[in-house]
Amino acid sequence: MNDFLQTYWMDVAVLTTLVLSATWAVLSPRLLRAVIGLSLASVCVSILLFRLDSPLAAVFELSVCAGLISAVFISTVSLSQLETEENVVAASAERIRRYWYLPPLLLLVGVAIVGLEFPALPDVSAIGQDVRQVLWTERPLDLLGQATVLLAGAFGVVVLFKETKKHER
Amino acid sequence: MLALLVLVPIAVLLLLNLPFRNIPRGILTAIVMFLAFTELVAAVSLPFLLSVEPLPFLSTLRFDLVADDLTRVMLVAIGLVLGSAMLVGQESIQSDRQHRQFTSLLIVSLTGMNATILLSDFFSLYVFLEVIAVSSFILIAMDKGILAVEGAFRYLLLSAVASTFMLSAAGILLMSCGGTGFEAVRNGLGGSNADTAKVGLSVFVLGMFIKGGVVPFHGWLPGAYGSAPAPVSVLLSGIVTKVSGIYALIRIVHSVYVPDEKLSMVLLVLGTVSLIIGAVGALGQPCLKRMLAYSSISQLGYIVLALGSGTELGVVAATFHLFNHAVFKSLLFVNAAAIESRLGTTELYRMGGVGAKMPVTGATATLAMMSAAGIPPCAGFFSKLLIIVALVKADHFGFAVVAVLASVLTLGYFMAMQRQAFFGKPSESVAGVKEAAAGYLVPAIVLGIITVLTGALFPLLLNSSLSFLLLSKSLPW
Repeated sequence: MNDFLQTYWMDVAVLTTLVLSATWAVLSPRLLRAVIGLSLASVCVSILLFRLDSPLAAVFELSVCAGLISAVFISTVSLSQLETEENVVAASAERIRRYWYLPPLLLLVGVAIVGLEFPALPDVSAIGQDVRQVLWTERPLDLLGQATVLLAGAFGVVVLFKETKKHER
Repeated sequence: MLALLVLVPIAVLLLLNLPFRNIPRGILTAIVMFLAFTELVAAVSLPFLLSVEPLPFLSTLRFDLVADDLTRVMLVAIGLVLGSAMLVGQESIQSDRQHRQFTSLLIVSLTGMNATILLSDFFSLYVFLEVIAVSSFILIAMDKGILAVEGAFRYLLLSAVASTFMLSAAGILLMSCGGTGFEAVRNGLGGSNADTAKVGLSVFVLGMFIKGGVVPFHGWLPGAYGSAPAPVSVLLSGIVTKVSGIYALIRIVHSVYVPDEKLSMVLLVLGTVSLIIGAVGALGQPCLKRMLAYSSISQLGYIVLALGSGTELGVVAATFHLFNHAVFKSLLFVNAAAIESRLGTTELYRMGGVGAKMPVTGATATLAMMSAAGIPPCAGFFSKLLIIVALVKADHFGFAVVAVLASVLTLGYFMAMQRQAFFGKPSESVAGVKEAAAGYLVPAIVLGIITVLTGALFPLLLNSSLSFLLLSKSLPW
């Protein structure tokens, strides 16, 4: 166990942070904190992908998920109405009543996963190519896709924000 | 030449958003209708397109796109639903500014859907499903009503979870199979790291289930469908959830991996649970759009059930039902939009007798209901029949019986809806109501004709130029 922890302490730490931040995102009564939790979870996945020698996937995860999705989230959050303190307290109590089973369920799943025998991941050497080279020469369609995602996000900001500003004037 | 299906919508999108002009809404609608028409032309002429030499600049792009009969089915479905959503949007969206925004987002969604159905790589699939997802979030929330924002937020949350699963799965597949292309994964599933590859594929499929709204990941669907603006509901229910969830599953079963016994059983169980929970959820729903949303969950269950049979006939049946569902569900949401435009509500108790005031809407809704419930000669009967035959041939008699009984449930809630809303005693709220505008009637009539003709002419389909709807090369008659 000690050897395992010494070798994989970083992975264990990142995985733990991932689970905790994802749980926080789902259970948090404050939307903005939920967004931060989700972004943190995305960052943890990116770190794991880098450590799994998948820099391309990690870059996409960081830019698409952590960046753009969080931006759209925050846009959505800003459109929602402010909660009164009473509503927040009532929502917290309601949330505990509805989701009390999640922590024990997560624990059970964690124990089951530890008990299961997963096939070993094969050793894969790094491809040795620069991410930019891979993107431009081997994955141009994915590059176009990512550009389209960013374009869609830009439309989202215009659609969700621009009219609001005009009303405020 | 296939790259044009992705590049042309992007080019149109950029041109429409040049800052120095505001294009009249009629022109915008015509442009999108033209794009929808090109989808249908591309579907019919795809063999020709594949045989033609690509334009010089296209061959330098190195887009690895492939197409087959399954792609053609999806192109037809996308074209029909896109056109219907645009016509409904032309009528229902009053603000010119919002109409321009809707058009732009519709074209973004089209780009994502076209790319998705032409791809043969899991990682690229993930990227373009994100394109569809982001455009969908914004479309759902574009009204900025509190319910719409909540629906969009819920979809965003679950879609983000699905995307994480899919991206992680792409990483596992890359490591275990040496690539994320369909061929590499197919080879890897028979190689030394087959178990790891199966884990990766299962995680990817889990992401598909979330995006498709298969039980138990369906929580976002009723809220999103029910609270989205009318044309967005048509788009989402008609094609978006099919392309982003179910199509990818069909493609995996068709082109990558025929389910083994364990995976088949998972698909059969999830399909059955979706069937039943969707049908039960639809019973007693007071709101028409939410009822249709639960009905969609149930119909998706049929498609998953068909894939669970693990046979070629199952794949054909799933594809045919996907197409039919795209047609009749879009038709029902067009009808719902038409009623909402006249009554200002989709609450069933306020719609009593609306069929007498809106006869075309009522008649086309009846056709859609018949297709959904599997009543001949509508197309839904034949696709459900194929599903049941596929299950019987694969010795899954119990699941076949459940599929038949679920059809009875479907008939039950639709008949209750028809009786309460269309044929019931006229309520006060329908007193001064007239038939819907042309923007609702044209897609309703076209979709109604398609759902009847596809069924009535089913035997002739096998030997016609439309035989690709039945993936005719695979059909083991």
